[in-house]
Amino acid sequence: MRNLQLNSHGELQHLLTIEGLSREMLIAILDAAAPFTEVAEREVKKLPLLRGKSVFNLFFEPSTRTRTTFEIAAKRLSADVINLNIDASSTSKGETLLDTVDNLAAMQADMFVVRHGSSGAPHLIAEHLLATGSDHIHVVNAGDGRHAHPTQGLLDMYTIRNYKKDFTGLTVAIVGDILHSRVARSQIHALTTLGVPEVRVIGPKTLLPTSVERLGVRVFHDMREGLRGVDVVMMLRLQNERMQGALLPSPQEFFKSYGLTLEKLALAKPDAIVMHPGPMNRGIEIDSAVADGPHAVILPQVTFGIAVRMAVMSMLAGG
Amino acid sequence: MKIHIKNGRVIDPAMGIDRIADVYVARGRIVAVDQAPQGFETNGSVDATGCIVCPGLVDLAVRLREPGYEYRATLESEMAAAAASGVTSLACPPDTDPPLDEPGLVEMLKHRARNPKFAHVYPVGALTLKLAGQRLTEMAELAEAGCIAFGQANTAIVDTQVLARAMQYAATFGFPVWLQAQDPFLAKHGVAHDGEVATRLGLAGIPVAAETIALATILQLARETGAQVHLTRISSAAGLEMIAAARRSGIFATCDVAIHHLHLCDHDIGNFSPHARLDPPLRSQSDREALRHGLADGTINALCSDHTPVDDDAKQMPFGEAEPGATGIELLLPLTLKWAVEMKLPLPQALARITCDPARILGIEAGSLAVGMPADICVFDPHASFRVTRESLKSQGKNTPFLGMELQGKVRCTLIDGHLAHDGSWA
Repeated sequence: MRNLQLNSHGELQHLLTIEGLSREMLIAILDAAAPFTEVAEREVKKLPLLRGKSVFNLFFEPSTRTRTTFEIAAKRLSADVINLNIDASSTSKGETLLDTVDNLAAMQADMFVVRHGSSGAPHLIAEHLLATGSDHIHVVNAGDGRHAHPTQGLLDMYTIRNYKKDFTGLTVAIVGDILHSRVARSQIHALTTLGVPEVRVIGPKTLLPTSVERLGVRVFHDMREGLRGVDVVMMLRLQNERMQGALLPSPQEFFKSYGLTLEKLALAKPDAIVMHPGPMNRGIEIDSAVADGPHAVILPQVTFGIAVRMAVMSMLAGG
Repeated sequence: MKIHIKNGRVIDPAMGIDRIADVYVARGRIVAVDQAPQGFETNGSVDATGCIVCPGLVDLAVRLREPGYEYRATLESEMAAAAASGVTSLACPPDTDPPLDEPGLVEMLKHRARNPKFAHVYPVGALTLKLAGQRLTEMAELAEAGCIAFGQANTAIVDTQVLARAMQYAATFGFPVWLQAQDPFLAKHGVAHDGEVATRLGLAGIPVAAETIALATILQLARETGAQVHLTRISSAAGLEMIAAARRSGIFATCDVAIHHLHLCDHDIGNFSPHARLDPPLRSQSDREALRHGLADGTINALCSDHTPVDDDAKQMPFGEAEPGATGIELLLPLTLKWAVEMKLPLPQALARITCDPARILGIEAGSLAVGMPADICVFDPHASFRVTRESLKSQGKNTPFLGMELQGKVRCTLIDGHLAHDGSWA
């Protein structure tokens, strides 16, 4: 069976997940992103690469940051951008996900940027486009359920490469709610594919998925032990709803065990960088002193995110 | 109607028969095997050369979708599928809409199913009203209307006191209780086996403990109440081991497995294929191996199709939102044969799991070619192959993870009470 993400020439057709993409492909995306970071510093921040193309942002789950960065990226490439925030109400009107897709395909869309609460929704769309002969439309996964958030994973890799140059000697720790995190899954696949020799995940047993070590990571429950000697600390957002129920006793207790403080960060390498996909919960997963401190590269992540998304979109639809 | 089935390889696991022989049918019953009875004049004959003649198949789980889900399937569509599959007796779970919780509904179903070309229908009545797990149904009345057992389909009785009383009450009258072992709390929001695949795909998991914990409860209550328990759709090696241990300690419980769990595992979810969204979930490779061996050695008593036609709209959804279940009745025989070939099992042993063994669980007069038995007969060509496609399926449900597969075993003709219900000899 052909990889759904690649066309018959082995080129990127959709970006659905980092899993299964080659190291060369990931490097090519990171390389392509580099020139776009300079565009942002120009007076005129536009390139004509997607001129005349229609990019539909299909957001079935609320998001401000990701949607905005995709919108900026598409606009800087001169695409026409249409934002559709589709909440549960339109599903209750009876239109299915694939009905929506068919309708937008009929409007001569060139690209769908999809955010959906269910794992696998972008795969379903890509398979449907293939089955209905509309696979000239590209699908970019902007986050599906707990499954994947590939552009986030890529922008994180861009950030790491920017500060650390080489992946092959690094120790990287991912901290927090791995279980529910699509970001963590994409990070793990990207890091292991790019040759990072040691990827660690740190969290309580309630927030680590079953058999997570099979993804090629070392599991730590003690944050201090897990942070020892790392080059990169990747914090994850703890969603508010996880703090209710039986996963955790309280945000305070989570912070005590798994919040990143200066004291815990001191166990990492002196030049370690601290990343966070945002939005941050200060005082829950990360202390303000760290978030605003010299090790944090959280705002550069956002800037690089636009360049990486421009690179992905231009590789897919830039001709 | 007198029918002479000639020259086939007659396999009757119940009688230990496996030889080339002729079978004679008259007045809806089997009147002789090998030699024609004196004065037998045939009205019609079936040439079964190169084919296997076995008892009509008995399927322990076929959703006919009536009443309530006629947009998914109708009695007509699914009975045509049954006849074409060699299935002559089937049990249908109570998860219709409304559920089979009052005698009128059961009578209506039995009435609608009264057609000489239709398989015998054995409804499993709801154990609790609306399957809600709170109040008992009128089991004695339902039994009079035709229910052969009582169950909850895929829903659990959360309140263990209600479960205990339901089992006690059923045991009072000797009614079998059919239960699916899945703890609703541990399975909450889960859509796939809690393992590496679910972790990789970001799907909420259902741990094996959801099955074993529910099994522990049910088996203990079976011991306490003396209820005759049948456990439906076992999915894990650990669950199977518990059932075997319970039997060794004297608890009476039978169990079945579905064709999907016998042949597939969580890896078959692939790229979020909604066809692999099943309840219980497809488990790990080692679980599947245990189920395949458990069915062979008889720890699992029967194999069923767990036939669940689902309309395309409810299936073409992201994996977790898709309706669970797969159409399966037409694959019961081919997938039994595939299992037998792969496990190097003698055919009579394999066919027992879809004929006499499930008939025993149902307590019905079926599943054997003994003289005097109803003439429910399946004649099939074990080597004829076909590709599973939407078009090749007679069931209204086209949802199966086996789409595109090449399988062996085609039914040539099906007799129900001596009537030719399906004649595919020229197909």
